[in-house]
Amino acid sequence: MSNKFSRRNFVKAGAAVGAASLAAGFSPFAIGGAHGSKKVVVVGGGVGGATAAKYIKMMDSSIDVTLIEANKDYYTCFLSNEVLGGDRQMNTLKISYAGLKGHGVKVVNDIVTGIDSGKQMVKTRGGDSFKYDRCIVSPGVDFKWELIDGYDASVAENTPHAWKAGPQTVTLRKQLESMRDGGTVIIAPPPNPFRCPPGPGERISQIAHYLKNNKPKSKILAFDPKKGFSKKGLFVDGWARHYGFDAGSMSGGLIDYTLQDGVVAYDARTKTVTTKSGNKIKGDVVNIIPAQKAGAIAAAAGLTNAKGWCPIKGNTFESTQHKNIHVIGDAAIASPLPKSGYAANSEGKVCAAAVVALLNGKEAPHPTYVNTCYSIIAPNDGISVAMVYNFVDGKIGKVKGSGGLTPKAFDAKARAREQQYAYSWFENIKADSWG
Amino acid sequence: MKHVKTLGTALIFGSLAFSGASLAGGASGEALSYTCAGCHGTNGASTGPASPSLAGMSAVYLADSMRAFKSGERESTIMMRIAKGYDDDDFDKMGAFFEKQTMHIADQSAGGMAGKGEKLHEKYCDKCHAESGMDPEDEAGQLGGQWTAYTEYQLQDVMDGTRDPGKKMTKALKKMHKKEGDAGIQALLDYYASKK
Ligand SMILES: Cc1cc2nc3c(=O)[nH]c(=O)nc-3n(C[C@H](O)[C@H](O)[C@H](O)COP(=O)(O)OP(=O)(O)OC[C@H]3O[C@@H](n4cnc5c(N)ncnc54)[C@H](O)[C@@H]3O)c2cc1C
Ligand code: HEC
Ligand code: HEC
Repeated sequence: MSNKFSRRNFVKAGAAVGAASLAAGFSPFAIGGAHGSKKVVVVGGGVGGATAAKYIKMMDSSIDVTLIEANKDYYTCFLSNEVLGGDRQMNTLKISYAGLKGHGVKVVNDIVTGIDSGKQMVKTRGGDSFKYDRCIVSPGVDFKWELIDGYDASVAENTPHAWKAGPQTVTLRKQLESMRDGGTVIIAPPPNPFRCPPGPGERISQIAHYLKNNKPKSKILAFDPKKGFSKKGLFVDGWARHYGFDAGSMSGGLIDYTLQDGVVAYDARTKTVTTKSGNKIKGDVVNIIPAQKAGAIAAAAGLTNAKGWCPIKGNTFESTQHKNIHVIGDAAIASPLPKSGYAANSEGKVCAAAVVALLNGKEAPHPTYVNTCYSIIAPNDGISVAMVYNFVDGKIGKVKGSGGLTPKAFDAKARAREQQYAYSWFENIKADSWG
Repeated sequence: MKHVKTLGTALIFGSLAFSGASLAGGASGEALSYTCAGCHGTNGASTGPASPSLAGMSAVYLADSMRAFKSGERESTIMMRIAKGYDDDDFDKMGAFFEKQTMHIADQSAGGMAGKGEKLHEKYCDKCHAESGMDPEDEAGQLGGQWTAYTEYQLQDVMDGTRDPGKKMTKALKKMHKKEGDAGIQALLDYYASKK
């Protein structure tokens, strides 16, 4: 066994030890340029990109990892709905890149404008170029503005989608705070596929929670283009228990939910939405969540298909359209894995292990994945969906018999614990991805 | 619960995790265990406030727990749905991975009854939970330095019959509770939380 080989194994076996000492700011295993270190460039420091960068360093600290991220700080989308509901402060969503730097990841604050797959080079708006042996792209989502007449990126500043956490989350919260009691909140969930399938249901729950305690004469009107939505049974049951909803008519109390009639146009001046069936409704607060596609850089780099998402190989997340470029997170077509933070984290690790193996001249290891999404319907009423996935016959699949939803029958003890476990998930996923 | 150490544990882990033989089929212990980190923390060191750390836990206890979650013998909010995605081999591999990690001590504050709790622990619990419940060889979970909310849930579950950790353990806890009441449970929790 060569020296190089055994050292790498040592790093693997010592993952925990390595992580601890790396977190302290130095890398005892760093090999540097000794045998020409391999270069990985990660585009986007969200859940997927951060996880991949950190785990590559944990698995083989000799690899040179540069992560390029547009923003100085990251704000998690997860639990941003609790900010809208008023039970959580914005600063708990904020994450710095200090943790990743502690693992030896070079963090660059810039916007990637192009990826040259021929020259294996990433270019930024700031004018820098970064050479890579393998590039990992995790840019999240962008919006198909063209599908809603009168709604675009500039209109969204005052009529926020708040589907990327940050200033728009704050704007939407302020609008809810200044709304009169008796006002109308319009929510327009997007068509499939989109980031965080249970997200709109959780948002409606959290806004209803706020209205119930502060503006009980108000109403939430949801206009959804879909026939149904994620965790519908559990949400509807919870809305009935907390917010006066009736599952049969899909309306009552604080919430009116219209299915198969999405928003197709918006007049920002009068805050009026038009639905597909021609209904025109004026809102006091309007939250339109547009249809989605992979983050713009993915299309610019030729990684997307006609529908705007990135086809990949499920065991390595290497693009099927460009060699040596991997796409993870919301931008990738990893179905049946959903577009969620837990999935992006899980994909980041599978991709990291594959990239480390491939850069060391080995075959990609056998992957395994998990997804979980918690949602908080009201205080002491947490619910979840979970699933284990494997890789069989060249495809990602659900492991039969695994996963599923929180049981529908209300169990006060379990629901209260699920809320606490949701908060634990929040702390752990932040620490595991960026810490 | 019976603890039968599977003979192959060390060997399975050795071959899969160290030689990349995971290609042959099934994911490595490392790959499997990495998927747990979103809820249990990187390498099983949970940042809390409620989900338990797994780092440093005995492989046998971990695998047994997974089997009990999978069958429903041990009630859970979510672990049953997760455990059903794996087989016994996977559980052994995960166990071997977490056993190798350094036990994690939760960064949390403790209430004022830790002194009393220590005495109660010595009297009722120590014989099966040595070293403040931090000796993995006891194959009975981690008490000292575990997240208080989690430990409290387990004690509630043993008290109300939801969790069966064995007749003797249940008897010891109920005996303690009969004499000391809820304050006794709080004192024990304070003691475990005070472990640094
Ligand atoms: C309201 C809401 C609630 C949610 N709740 C949950 C939940 O409870 N559980 C869960 O698992 N998931 C949840 N999600 C989903 C989760 O947030 C996403 O699935 C996850 O963030 C996807 O990770 P990603 O890496 O693909 O993208 P992101 O996390 O969005 O990261 C992309 C990053 O890339 C950067 N970037 C993009 N383009 C460039 C470029 N050209 N140059 C440089 N940087 C660039 C962006 O600035 C961003 O930081 C929720 C989402 C929403 C909207
Ligand atoms: C979605 C979050 C989540 C994921 C993912 C998860 N766990 Fe858990 N785990 C929990 C929760 C919550 C509990 C407490 C029991 C319950 O209510 O389900 C728990 C409890 C446990 C326990 C019991 C600990 C003890 O001290 O008795 C073990 C062992 C465990 N998990 C192992 C694992 C392993 C191994 C994995 C990865 C394959 C995993 N878990 C993935 C949330 C999770
Ligand atoms: C006769 C031996 C015995 C005694 C005495 C005993 N326990 Fe236990 N305990 C066990 C065993 C064995 C388990 C593991 C059960 C299982 O595998 O599910 C356990 C599990 C636990 C757990 C769950 C740990 C986890 O990680 O989920 C807690 C908490 C606990 N014991 C607390 C106590 C306390 C407090 C006392 C004293 C009042 C006590 N035990 C006394 C044997 C004992």
